[in-house]
Amino acid sequence: MKFSEQWLREWVNPTLSTERLAAQMTMAGLEVGGIEPAAQPFTGVVVGEILSAEPHPDAGKLKLCQVDAGAAGVVPIVCGAPNARVGLKAPLAKVGAKLPGGVTLKVARLRGVESHGMLCSAAELGLSDAADGLLALPAEAAVGMDLRAALDLEDHCLDIELTPNRGDCLGVAGVAREVAVLNRMAVNTPQIAPVTPTVDDAFPVTITAPAACPRYLGRVIRGVNPAAETPLWMRERLRRSGIRSLGPGVDVTNYVLLELGQPMHAFDLRRLSGGIEVRYAEAGETLTLLDGKAVALASDMLVIADNDGPVALAGVMGGERSGVADDTRDLFLECAYFTPEAIAGRARRIGVQTDASHRYERGVDPALPARAVARATRLMIDIMGGEPGPVVVTEQLEHIPKPASIRLRSDRIGRVLGQGFQPAEVTDILTRLGADVQPAAAGWRVTPPSFRFDLSMEVDLIEELGRIHGYDNIQATVPQAPMRMPDERESQVPAMRVKQRLVDRGYQEVVTYAFVDPELQRRIEPQQRDLALANPISAELAVMRTGLWPGLLTAARYNLNRQQDRVRLFETGLVFRHQGDALQQTPHVGGVAIGSHWPTHWDGGARTVDFFDVKADVEALLELGSDLTEARFVAEPHPALHPGQSTRIYVGERAVGWLGRLHPGLEKSLALPQHAIVFELAHSAVDSHPLPTFAPLSKFPSIRRDIALLVDQTVAAADLIDVARDAATAAVERLICEVRLFDVYQGQGVEAGRKSIALGLILQDASRTLDEQSMVAVETAVVAALKAAFSAQLRN
Amino acid sequence: MAAETTDPNELMQAAQAELTAVGSLQHLDEVRIRFLGKKGIFTEQLKQLSQLSPAARKTAGQQINTAKRQLQLALERRKAELEAQALSEQLAAERIDVTLPGRGERSGGLHPISRTMARIQALFAGMGFEVVEGPEVEDDFHNFEALNIPASHPARAMHDTFYFDAHRLLRTHTSPVQIRTMKAQQPPLRIIAPGRVYRCDSDLTHTPMFHQVEGLFVDERVSFADLKGTLDVFLKRFFERDDLMTRFRPSYFPFTEPSAEVDIQCFMCQGEGCRVCGQTGWLEVLGCGMVHPKVFAHVNVDSERWLGYAFGLGVERMAMLRYQINDLRIFFENDLRFLRQFR
Repeated sequence: MKFSEQWLREWVNPTLSTERLAAQMTMAGLEVGGIEPAAQPFTGVVVGEILSAEPHPDAGKLKLCQVDAGAAGVVPIVCGAPNARVGLKAPLAKVGAKLPGGVTLKVARLRGVESHGMLCSAAELGLSDAADGLLALPAEAAVGMDLRAALDLEDHCLDIELTPNRGDCLGVAGVAREVAVLNRMAVNTPQIAPVTPTVDDAFPVTITAPAACPRYLGRVIRGVNPAAETPLWMRERLRRSGIRSLGPGVDVTNYVLLELGQPMHAFDLRRLSGGIEVRYAEAGETLTLLDGKAVALASDMLVIADNDGPVALAGVMGGERSGVADDTRDLFLECAYFTPEAIAGRARRIGVQTDASHRYERGVDPALPARAVARATRLMIDIMGGEPGPVVVTEQLEHIPKPASIRLRSDRIGRVLGQGFQPAEVTDILTRLGADVQPAAAGWRVTPPSFRFDLSMEVDLIEELGRIHGYDNIQATVPQAPMRMPDERESQVPAMRVKQRLVDRGYQEVVTYAFVDPELQRRIEPQQRDLALANPISAELAVMRTGLWPGLLTAARYNLNRQQDRVRLFETGLVFRHQGDALQQTPHVGGVAIGSHWPTHWDGGARTVDFFDVKADVEALLELGSDLTEARFVAEPHPALHPGQSTRIYVGERAVGWLGRLHPGLEKSLALPQHAIVFELAHSAVDSHPLPTFAPLSKFPSIRRDIALLVDQTVAAADLIDVARDAATAAVERLICEVRLFDVYQGQGVEAGRKSIALGLILQDASRTLDEQSMVAVETAVVAALKAAFSAQLRN
Repeated sequence: MAAETTDPNELMQAAQAELTAVGSLQHLDEVRIRFLGKKGIFTEQLKQLSQLSPAARKTAGQQINTAKRQLQLALERRKAELEAQALSEQLAAERIDVTLPGRGERSGGLHPISRTMARIQALFAGMGFEVVEGPEVEDDFHNFEALNIPASHPARAMHDTFYFDAHRLLRTHTSPVQIRTMKAQQPPLRIIAPGRVYRCDSDLTHTPMFHQVEGLFVDERVSFADLKGTLDVFLKRFFERDDLMTRFRPSYFPFTEPSAEVDIQCFMCQGEGCRVCGQTGWLEVLGCGMVHPKVFAHVNVDSERWLGYAFGLGVERMAMLRYQINDLRIFFENDLRFLRQFR
């Protein structure tokens, strides 16, 4: 909420500088988010009075004015404003004046006539955005007086960012109350001269939704002057609160809203038919609001209706049909108490936000309407004239919230705040806040004032005690709790360890949005059903990722487009997949490598990263989570991967991820200049490692036998190794066998469609030195098994 | 030429002269073989001794052996010289430019957000806080209802929420992890929950996804003063500044009461007021408070027996202050030129 500092100081004026006052409010929970001067700096502008205004001989639109500048005498001014007329008091910028924007006034010649200064509009003084004539000053303004003093421009606009619980401070009066409490002062509530009804006119009101609107005050004011203008002082206060002047009828209701925090509405009485009914909207009803927006009403929206239908959306905005117009003479003034539940969320649902809904959603003091009506009527009659009718109160008291009677326990204060309070301080603070405080067993019974509808529980009061006492005055302590040994699992691999392994292997971590481009995702994982956002921030960030590749590839491309030719990225995070109808949110780790396999090096040998480079990285990750012998890489197709360079990764029987070269079609459509090798694993594949158990070391030497074989090109090396190992261990008991594949060759000397593979068998017996006979048996068995399984031929 | 004389001494001197002249170990060996080899000159001379008289044989034998020994010594000396020379030539030839860069993979790096979260976790782990995580696609109950933010609550307007349907949404804060933890476990509790959160807002100072670390401490004796003590020390440790000034400002969160926002003194201007702190001299870094009894009620924790404090801090904000990053959006651009600065 934004308001004028002077306005506040009229209500309560502690001897604090603006900055100290703002700091005090901030530390009491009314955070001052901005302090702006009420007017831009200018000098040399005084109140001038036009003594004469003659037409300029050579210019039809200009006038030659003699302007009384007070002590400076009478000065000739050439002026083009349409409202320049004899008797008008207006700001006069004298020669030498410095205006906002840095202009210094000099004697000017306009069409051959000298002008010794300038009569100013509000816009020229930075007091409004636009103006269509001179700023008309009140008739009682003292001629020659400095304008800044005359308009009290040495003021500040304070902008406080109120938390939703402090609806009571959404008015100058409420803020003043708070400042008074903090400074142990009384509030100087301005005296309002009472209004006596002079006519009997009343407009009928019925409430059919009393729980939502327990109190409704209405008053007819007849015969107001439609030509009346809002006085400058009021326009200035509205301006300093960021509100535009829209004519006295609306201005007064806005003024009261700012001053007391009570929203009100003025109807044009002649536009209302029959009587007012406060009710919930009926199906199919619509309402065109004051801003011209047509709204379809829902049955949980409270409306103010007349015989012809809704005329206002209660607590939000009035309707166009019944609004005050330039020729309105008879007003119907409404001031109601609506419960927060009846208003909350409605404005947002129809896409508007008003000062009224902002307040009603947070709560308005139910005791306030009577005071607000009196204040508004006084102001209206003073400004616009008119004959007030009686205030008609329609209410159902049982629906008006009553302040709670709250039990406050002395020891609870100490337990929550960590610091005990003297009983006298408790009573003092709560009393200053307007509560009724009665001693009770082990504490007090506290009844908050009606405007503190946010206080309903013991802890609310404890917070108030802490707040007014000052959080800074509560001595910080170190928590005392029993020491506990952590539940440390040795088999668990910390998430940071996984990241660190990739970092150590040259990958840079990225963090990408979890919502991605549906188009890209469909191309990468067309088989997955997306979870789409109902209200995405953009069409490119519209569905939850089902894998990490869209984000990684987008980040890679971003960098490739910025002169990075070698990109190795990884990310960890949740991916969102459907399993049947259930959504699975699973942590994954994935990466992409593009460019040379090593950073550019003086030693040459720069080749492009390939499948096997990245496979080593994936294997290094898998080793964190298991013995690598459990992992299997099976050639399976993936829509995003090159069909000949794609593998699904299994640990045991569980599919845990994918590795491969990005499909050339995808590389092309992503405009990647080089091959991208990508991988992705379920984090669960790497997050725990079995506890090692010791196996005794063999004391006997191992023996190596190498065999070279010719097999079909399609035979998978992993299968060959498995068969060889199984055959070896089956041939001789207690054999420890490791199979190392140390060469793969295709080309000259090997017929097309075949490949040569060299295996090293490293054999060892746990209990004896292997003899030649066993070695031969193993070798024979292996060759026979490979021949049977793969038609492998022994190569010489 | 060596054969011109048969005097062992002269032969030895001639051989020594040759030794001085040889330039390589190979030549040296040739000289050795010619004089001392199985068919070398001295060997031949010794063979011919048998033709001399016993007396002459003895003298001549002694002469030959003396010359031979001397030559042997000279040979070894020269060999050592040549070996040293060869080694130093080899070393000179093997000289490399040690300033050339090393070969192979370079280290990558963690994202500054990970780095910051790890640091926050480490500090709280030291106080016995355990890390827990929760889902990012949340439901209305955990994200709002159970945190005392009913459907019509004005605080909902402050959480620009991404929705999937009437019940499911992207969590707007890490606070739902409090609820999930308290539903699953009875107090005492000491947890922190780091993670991604989402708000439907994107401009210079907002990104639709960002990170928070939630903290929750529930015990029989936990107070607001303890909360102050914990966070004050945490902030001093995090920024490694023992003189860091902090202040607790009353605020409002539906799920805590009393609630506070915590500011640290701006270290750009030392509290004088500058552009970074918006002239206030203070930087807001986190929100906190005592767990609201209504939150305890939603998870069936007896608020008469148990008290708790909770806090939530913005990781990006902490990282920006720690590493003097002046642009929030740069975190998610993933520009390597940015990321590599945090290796």
